Amino acid sequence: MMLARTADSLYWIARYMERAENLARTLRVTDRLSLMPSIADADGSEWHSTVVVSGSENDFYEKHEEATPENVISYLAFDPENPSSIRSCIETARRNARAVRTALTTEQWECLNSAWLELPGWNEARVRGSGLHRFLDWVKDCSLLFTGGTVATMLRRDSYYFTRLGTFIERNDNTARILDVKYHVLLPEHAEVGGGIDYYQWASILRAVSGYRSYNAVYREGLKPWLIAEFLIMREEMPRSLISCSAEIKDCLDKLGEEYGQRHECHRIAGQLYSRLRFGKVEDVFRQGLHEFLSDHIDQNNRLGMEISRSYLLG
Amino acid sequence: MAQAIFDEMGAPGGEIRQAYKTLQAWLGETPPEILTLRREEAETFFRRIGITFAVYGEGGDPERIIPFDIIPRILEAAEWQQISDGLVQRVRALNAFIADVYGAQEILKAGIVPRDQVILNDTYRYQMQGVSVPHNVFTHIAGIDMVRVGPEEFYVLEDNCRTPSGVSYMLENREITMRLFPDLFSRYNVAPVDHYCDELMRTLTSVAPRNCQGEPTVAVLTPGIYNSAYYEHSFLADQMGVELVEGPDLYVMDDIVYMRTTQGPKRVDVIYRRVDDEFLDPLSFRPDSALGVAGLMSAYRAGNVNLTNAVGAGIADDKAIYTYVPEMVKFYLGETPILKNVPTWRCSEKDDAQYVIEHLPELVVKEVHGSGGYGMLVGPKATKEEIEAFGARVKAAPEKYIAQPTLALSTCPTFVNEGVAPRHVDLRPFILSGRDIKVVPGGLTRVAMREGSLVVNSSQGGGTKDTWVLKD
Repeated sequence: MMLARTADSLYWIARYMERAENLARTLRVTDRLSLMPSIADADGSEWHSTVVVSGSENDFYEKHEEATPENVISYLAFDPENPSSIRSCIETARRNARAVRTALTTEQWECLNSAWLELPGWNEARVRGSGLHRFLDWVKDCSLLFTGGTVATMLRRDSYYFTRLGTFIERNDNTARILDVKYHVLLPEHAEVGGGIDYYQWASILRAVSGYRSYNAVYREGLKPWLIAEFLIMREEMPRSLISCSAEIKDCLDKLGEEYGQRHECHRIAGQLYSRLRFGKVEDVFRQGLHEFLSDHIDQNNRLGMEISRSYLLG
Repeated sequence: MAQAIFDEMGAPGGEIRQAYKTLQAWLGETPPEILTLRREEAETFFRRIGITFAVYGEGGDPERIIPFDIIPRILEAAEWQQISDGLVQRVRALNAFIADVYGAQEILKAGIVPRDQVILNDTYRYQMQGVSVPHNVFTHIAGIDMVRVGPEEFYVLEDNCRTPSGVSYMLENREITMRLFPDLFSRYNVAPVDHYCDELMRTLTSVAPRNCQGEPTVAVLTPGIYNSAYYEHSFLADQMGVELVEGPDLYVMDDIVYMRTTQGPKRVDVIYRRVDDEFLDPLSFRPDSALGVAGLMSAYRAGNVNLTNAVGAGIADDKAIYTYVPEMVKFYLGETPILKNVPTWRCSEKDDAQYVIEHLPELVVKEVHGSGGYGMLVGPKATKEEIEAFGARVKAAPEKYIAQPTLALSTCPTFVNEGVAPRHVDLRPFILSGRDIKVVPGGLTRVAMREGSLVVNSSQGGGTKDTWVLKD
């Protein structure tokens, strides 16, 4: 048993750190893509699609006319008015951490506090050119340190499961968005992945979820759109796939159900979300339409998040 | 006053006092570069752990570190024994006084403390009249501010009976000293302070409300992360293994206090509150308070929850009431006070006010209700204009002020930019009262980091030191 507010803060700390990491990954591959000469003379739509992935399309275009690299980096990495910018994510996570620091381990706290202390050292001027990658790597490191610290040091009880739920609900959402947007942008009706441009674009989806080399280890037949989709949706060995996230969510909720001796609506939704992936076939996903499937997954995941709040976090 | 300043290590060129001999030798063999390095390490440690003092709304860094002086202050066992006995006696009297004020009011009837000074006091809470609290204890955690002017001469400067802070610094300072200077520490036989939080927990559970069944559930109530002492609140909750709650985490139903948990409501029995009286319950006090819990006072009066410190305990630490504490010791305990008060002029009395106005340049004048070093005049350090302006304020509302002679506060060796130099210090030990009274051997030593300065408050740039009490 713990304070509902504490559980809520732990959940959101994990969500914000995961969000910052995914943003960093997405910006990194976008930047990499834009460096490819053949793509650079294209329309620059990779920056636009990055804004779409982040889910802040409307707010972004209210502030900026065009998705130039500078505008996108400024908005997604540093803008204090964007509640989901990397900067806002780290600040919010640390503010929450300060409010519940007794529920965090020393390692978790020090990781979040150090990130916050170092944050002012990064700004738009410093990330110009090669600085961008150093910044994004730093963000990724902070998040990995937090996640690693969580797994390595937190007592396995409710506080741990609420923290983990935050990570996986957020990751579930992010992976689905990356796949949806990028797949949509590339949309090779049934086209084969050709050479050059396409190849880099497809590889970038995998890189955005840290899955490029893993993909090659699992499938030894080159990049194929539908295999990439399968990999990110239904392969349990891929830790950022939808099925992995959904399985983790279900496990965390099961543990909470055991600890508290009570199950809620969120348990039902989590079970449903997981079994759909576990017993579904990728062919059916494509038959239904990948975009429709992913949108529905994102909706269900959101609903699950709200049910978790309702059952545990609002008190 | 041309009083000589007592240095706790020993006057320059003179004899080094016993307790400081080893420290003196150690300072002699430790190059200043090492001290500088250690000071930087200490600062990194405080930042990383997040031991900060929040000062919001003043611009600059919102989370500041209180300067930590790396050279410990050392008190002999015998010196401490006298202080400790005096503190226990004083706090017993203060508790008896608060219980009396909200009970039979014998001391008012006896004419020892003027009735108006109590009943018309801003810190008096009529809501507490006739309320009985477990073991008759009102100030469970007291911080008594003391100064030293000579080898045997300690004075009480101020009693803090409401929500005294600083104990986390006492504990963290010890932690960091042991980490930075294990060699020096091991050359001394220092009495531990680490068990403070266990004692605090024992104190809190010993004052469970009369309607509590079984093991009491304790919680620390904080105003939240923007409060200057937030770090301490979270530190104490953590060390005691209890929940750190904010007002919205609690609610009252049928006079019972519950906290909102992941498994629904859970009853709370003892609340160590670090929220001021006025903000505790919008139904009884300030209706605009978002920090408190509606209905808390009603649950409190019904004996379903206990609040520490008790509501209304501030009546005993008012600066005007302070002057009567030695009389309280005699009245309630029939004993001679072990600790002395600083001689004080009460400007509410005509002759005293006259004297104060005539002698402003040599006095320290304080607002009766001020705290944190605000609203005070240090005569010998003030400019002519400041003295005139303050004099006008005293004349306009004399009852709001008291005055004391400027004491020659003792100094301790302190590591400042110029090297090791004497700086003025005070001492705040913490006294725990529940079923019985405990004083952990130590306290928070505050040090004025600027040369000659007598203002040790952290809000005014003062620092802290680890305080060692030696064992025989």
